[in-house]
Amino acid sequence: MTTEATSSEKYLEVQRSAEFAGLRRKLRNFVFPMTIAFFLWYALYVLLSAYARGFMSVKIVGHINIALLFGLLQFLTTFLIAWYYSRYAARELDPTADKIKAELDEAAH
Amino acid sequence: MLNIVAAESASSRPLTITLFLIFVAITLAITIWASRQTKTATDFYAGGRQFTGFQNGLAIGGDYMSAASFLGIAGLIALYGYDGFLYSIGFLVAWLVALLLVAEFLRNSGRYTMADVLAFRMRQRPVRTAASVSTIVVSIFYLIAQMVGAGALVSLLLGIKPGTTFLGMDADTAKVATIILVGALMIVYVVVGGMKGTTYVQIVKAFLLMTGALVMTILVLAHYKFNLSTLLGDAAAQSGKGEAFLEPGLRYGVESASGSATFYSKMDLLSLGIALVLGTAGLPHILTRFYTVPTARVARKSVLWAIGIIGTFYLFTLALGFGAAALVGGKAITAQDKAGNTAAPQLAQALGIDYLGGATGGAILLAIIAAVAFATILAVVAGLTLASSSSVAHDFYASVIKRGNAGERDEVRVARISAFVIGAVAIVLSIFAQSLNVAFLVALAFAVAASANLPAIIYSLFWRRFNTSGALWSIYGGLIAAVVLVFFSPVVSGSPTAMFPDSDWHFFPLNNPGIISIPIGFLCGWIGTVISKETDPEKYAELEVRSLTGHGAH
Repeated sequence: MTTEATSSEKYLEVQRSAEFAGLRRKLRNFVFPMTIAFFLWYALYVLLSAYARGFMSVKIVGHINIALLFGLLQFLTTFLIAWYYSRYAARELDPTADKIKAELDEAAH
Repeated sequence: MLNIVAAESASSRPLTITLFLIFVAITLAITIWASRQTKTATDFYAGGRQFTGFQNGLAIGGDYMSAASFLGIAGLIALYGYDGFLYSIGFLVAWLVALLLVAEFLRNSGRYTMADVLAFRMRQRPVRTAASVSTIVVSIFYLIAQMVGAGALVSLLLGIKPGTTFLGMDADTAKVATIILVGALMIVYVVVGGMKGTTYVQIVKAFLLMTGALVMTILVLAHYKFNLSTLLGDAAAQSGKGEAFLEPGLRYGVESASGSATFYSKMDLLSLGIALVLGTAGLPHILTRFYTVPTARVARKSVLWAIGIIGTFYLFTLALGFGAAALVGGKAITAQDKAGNTAAPQLAQALGIDYLGGATGGAILLAIIAAVAFATILAVVAGLTLASSSSVAHDFYASVIKRGNAGERDEVRVARISAFVIGAVAIVLSIFAQSLNVAFLVALAFAVAASANLPAIIYSLFWRRFNTSGALWSIYGGLIAAVVLVFFSPVVSGSPTAMFPDSDWHFFPLNNPGIISIPIGFLCGWIGTVISKETDPEKYAELEVRSLTGHGAH
């Protein structure tokens, strides 16, 4: 509960700092393009299911067709993006976030 | 293969009821234990914020994997093949929105409810009122769909046919009794156990559901010597639809002689997919789960666990659905329930007969899976009731009525009363709605969450200029757009499967409003913002710094 002790000037100061700007840039440069990417990737899958049924029904092995593989690929990419984000966050975001938080907590006491 | 399910489900009835009573007894014991641990508002609203990432991941799964997921998707796959699988994928991909854009920032800057973040830098009373309204609308829609579904399911799972009686009740009375029982239990979990009790109920349920689905998946695959292609081939052959059963198009985006009908059907599929993906991260009962862990980093971990658990579960349903199509058969399933909701229990019975030695084995496995389905319904409705009563007490009562001057005890008391009232209202509405086709309410809840809540959350967290007017415009704009479009759609009137099949006032051609209402929500948020001069750079600095670093987090 350190908020009351931290003035709004302090927040503005941190927000303007190069360190925080770097953290925000690294976060936004990851999450915004990634969100657009997986959304388009999912939309492509749904659109193909609606409009490219000939392509989706092509069989690969036995009764396993492109539609099924494409669907399973959506599972795989979801798992991979989640894993990749957690790795990226732990390496690129968390240390800077912790540092700024520690400075703010220190200043508030 | 199996047309004896009705008689069988009657014979497995005592076991189903016994298992269900054991589940109720265990969860009530947990609830009473949790109530002794619940002393502060943080305990009641956020379970003391002491759950681990794994525990909360399981609880998220428990909150999210409703009976509509377990029985509904398995049934869809069993009857329509590939399209049921297509439907399940949106529910999983959606979690990336929660992971990348919402969970951690919400945990860092909020306290108990979605409105804590939305109202952070805005005028409290109007924004909290709006957030409360949309929370209650989403939760009530979802609740009614679940409770009506519960009533119908129980008669199916216990094999109470029209014309027969159970404990002196005919099928219709049993439905009403079930809705009241489910509602009463849900009220007890929430009022007595708060977030702690509810979370443990969800953990137990998620564990049971995953175990049940895993065992059945292994049995199905073992039947086909772990060859997926053989399973698919058999399912396609048994379905009577051939290879089309393994391809998209039997349920969604159906092609017909009419060009415009085909076009709307495909638009509907797209609209549904978008609403599922963008709606999840705007569901109030999901958002409040992120407050039950100590830090944003644990919230991230819990979403990672949830993605793993939910993804695995939908892979199981793939095997269950195609397994039911192959081993039970579409005819035997639709003979029990036209919507296919009994496909998974019927499959359990078939597998039990196969592996556990005859009819007794079938009855045992059927009873277990039926009991798991009841547990599933109970956990989901409890989560919904908790989220909406928290919003009434914390947002509406404490901030709007008491203008932030309510004591902690007072607030929790109001939350408990609200849970009771919301639960009672949901019971009454569900009893009135039970003869109507209300399955569309789940999709509508996702559409409102995506159109009203998500734009406001995203703008709040990431757009400096966003203000009170923008928040109100996006919430009310998205909410009204989604509800009005559905009201004038074929799911409410003007089609044989509509809520009111004998009337017709529809003019909007799609069943799912998302493709129109979500852009309206985002657009309204932008318009509302730019027409107002209000801006608060200091508060945005505080929100941004806190949400990204965790400084000052509750």
